[in-house]
Amino acid sequence: MRSQRWFQRRRVGLGWRPASWQGWLITLLTVGALISVLALLRGSSARVPIAIVVFAAYAMVALASGGARPAEVTPAATEPSDGDEGLGGADQRKALRTLGSRSPEGTGLVVEHLTKRFGERMAVDDLSFRVAPGEVFGFLGPNGAGKTTTVRMLATLISPTSGSAVVAGVQLVPENGLEIRQQIAVMPENPGLYLRLTVAENLEYFAGLYGITDPKERILQALEAVNLAGRADDLCGNLSKGLRQRVGLARTLLNDPAIVFLDEPTSGLDPVASREVHELIDGLRDRGVTVFLTTHRLEEAERLCDRVAILNTSLRTVGRPSELRDRLFAKALVVRTAAPLSDPDRVFAVPGVESWRTDDTARYVLSVSDARSAAPQVTRALVAAGADLLSLAEDRHSLEDVYLELVDQDDEAHR
Amino acid sequence: MSGQRVRAVVRKEIREFRRNHFVIGTMALLPLIFLITPLLTIFKVPESASGPQVRAAVGTISLLMLIIPVVLPPVIAAYSVVGEREQGTLEPVLTTPVRASELLVGKAAAAFLPSVGLAYAIYLVVLTSVRFGAAHVVVDVVWHTPQVLAQLLFTPLLALWSIWVGIGISTRVSDVRVAQQLATLAGLPLLGFTSLISFQIIKPSVPLAVGLALALLAVDVVAGRVVSRLFDPERLVTGRR
Repeated sequence: MRSQRWFQRRRVGLGWRPASWQGWLITLLTVGALISVLALLRGSSARVPIAIVVFAAYAMVALASGGARPAEVTPAATEPSDGDEGLGGADQRKALRTLGSRSPEGTGLVVEHLTKRFGERMAVDDLSFRVAPGEVFGFLGPNGAGKTTTVRMLATLISPTSGSAVVAGVQLVPENGLEIRQQIAVMPENPGLYLRLTVAENLEYFAGLYGITDPKERILQALEAVNLAGRADDLCGNLSKGLRQRVGLARTLLNDPAIVFLDEPTSGLDPVASREVHELIDGLRDRGVTVFLTTHRLEEAERLCDRVAILNTSLRTVGRPSELRDRLFAKALVVRTAAPLSDPDRVFAVPGVESWRTDDTARYVLSVSDARSAAPQVTRALVAAGADLLSLAEDRHSLEDVYLELVDQDDEAHR
Repeated sequence: MSGQRVRAVVRKEIREFRRNHFVIGTMALLPLIFLITPLLTIFKVPESASGPQVRAAVGTISLLMLIIPVVLPPVIAAYSVVGEREQGTLEPVLTTPVRASELLVGKAAAAFLPSVGLAYAIYLVVLTSVRFGAAHVVVDVVWHTPQVLAQLLFTPLLALWSIWVGIGISTRVSDVRVAQQLATLAGLPLLGFTSLISFQIIKPSVPLAVGLALALLAVDVVAGRVVSRLFDPERLVTGRR
């Protein structure tokens, strides 16, 4: 389903034309009402001037509004502008501490059988997981997997079709919407700033919506936390994308939230700006804030998150990145020698090695029960066999391997 | 309802209007046109003009004065929701503890104050100009108490109607320009009705002006409630329900 459009704008000429039966109905009713007024005025000398004035007024506004632009958006500069300072890890963490620290008691998330359906389409299916207080929780999945829908449900923007959740200790039901929103902060992928307002004015507006009594001090603290105190009076429309993202992050700090939902916070940022955002997330973790991080960047999730969940409409897996690797992939050692071994079966017949395989290029992959205990024994066996050992390393799978494995499994299941 | 949140919305909206060239241009240009046209009409009326001639001229003035609160607020109000959707600011706002009613009242107040202020200012200029520059026959009709009362009462009420319709349409369409055009159009039928008094097709009197104002007020209250119901965050955020 798409949003209802009753009218479409004409490319040329006055205003709009009906695009659906509702549009035609409105047009007919309006024309009927105008004809009725003119009929009432029959015989009056006022009829002609009224008709002229009414239609002239409409035409004027139709023409004027036809030329309106939704917003004069200055494209975000791709290069950092003057004074675009980095966050500076230590300074930024210090500034974050001035915002106070949270007690991590009872401020996490509990999600049970959460489901959202849009008409016939299942957006999120039977989702259950827990996020501990103060944890950085990664939420991964391909486009359309239901990540944003889940965040919107937990932020009380949309209601679940079924299931339940407890957000920052508050039951997710419509009547608790205000209480939940007081305890959380959400930064969507697009930071959603008013481009005609300054940085400080943007934050002042949100501070007002959060009911903060002394907004100036709070705004200053939030800006210092993202190292933007010197840009408070700049129009947001003139900021680079990285700086806008930082303003969005400063906004999430205003209400001292228990849970921060960050939707692709480093999307479109260069590596330096991304690192700055990572430092800010680390700073939030230091303060005991629960961070719910939606991202496509798997290395980012691996670097930042205590645990990750992989979603593809339904929850595919959840756990620490290392746990997920262990769950999906057998542990292995990779051995490289200068020349192929003459009798690998004998060399690798050591405790802890379950099997081995080779691709005939003096590279051997050994399945082991425990890499840390097997590695020294394999090394000794190779030396004893007189092999020229070039390298011996644990075969590490990245979170990306885990993610791709699970998504591939889903794709194959759907075929 | 939190006064602080409503004030925050009003302050933000007015700051945005002040930096929006289209809004400023429209707010400046349209009232100017509505000021020059009636004055030219009224100063042409001679002392010897007949009753119907005077009533037609005065009716034109009154109607133009009432068009201002109908056409100005939609420029602002119609942008209020769909404009925020377009620039991606609605979702962050809806994740704060603001109630829909606080957001809507704040947006309505921000559109109401400048529009009605401007409409009253222009009416005051017209009244003063007529008093000192127009023929006596015209002054008598323009400065007729029921006529002035009707004008003063209808101006804010028509503006409020226009604003609610503008915001209501803004919650349902996906294009700012469509919202502005429809909102302007929606104000015209009501304007047609009040013009019956402007042209004295219905003889103006104090009870009639007050009665009609009360009816308009009731319409405004109902419109406000309807708009509150139309404001559906889920639909606005996802584009579907």
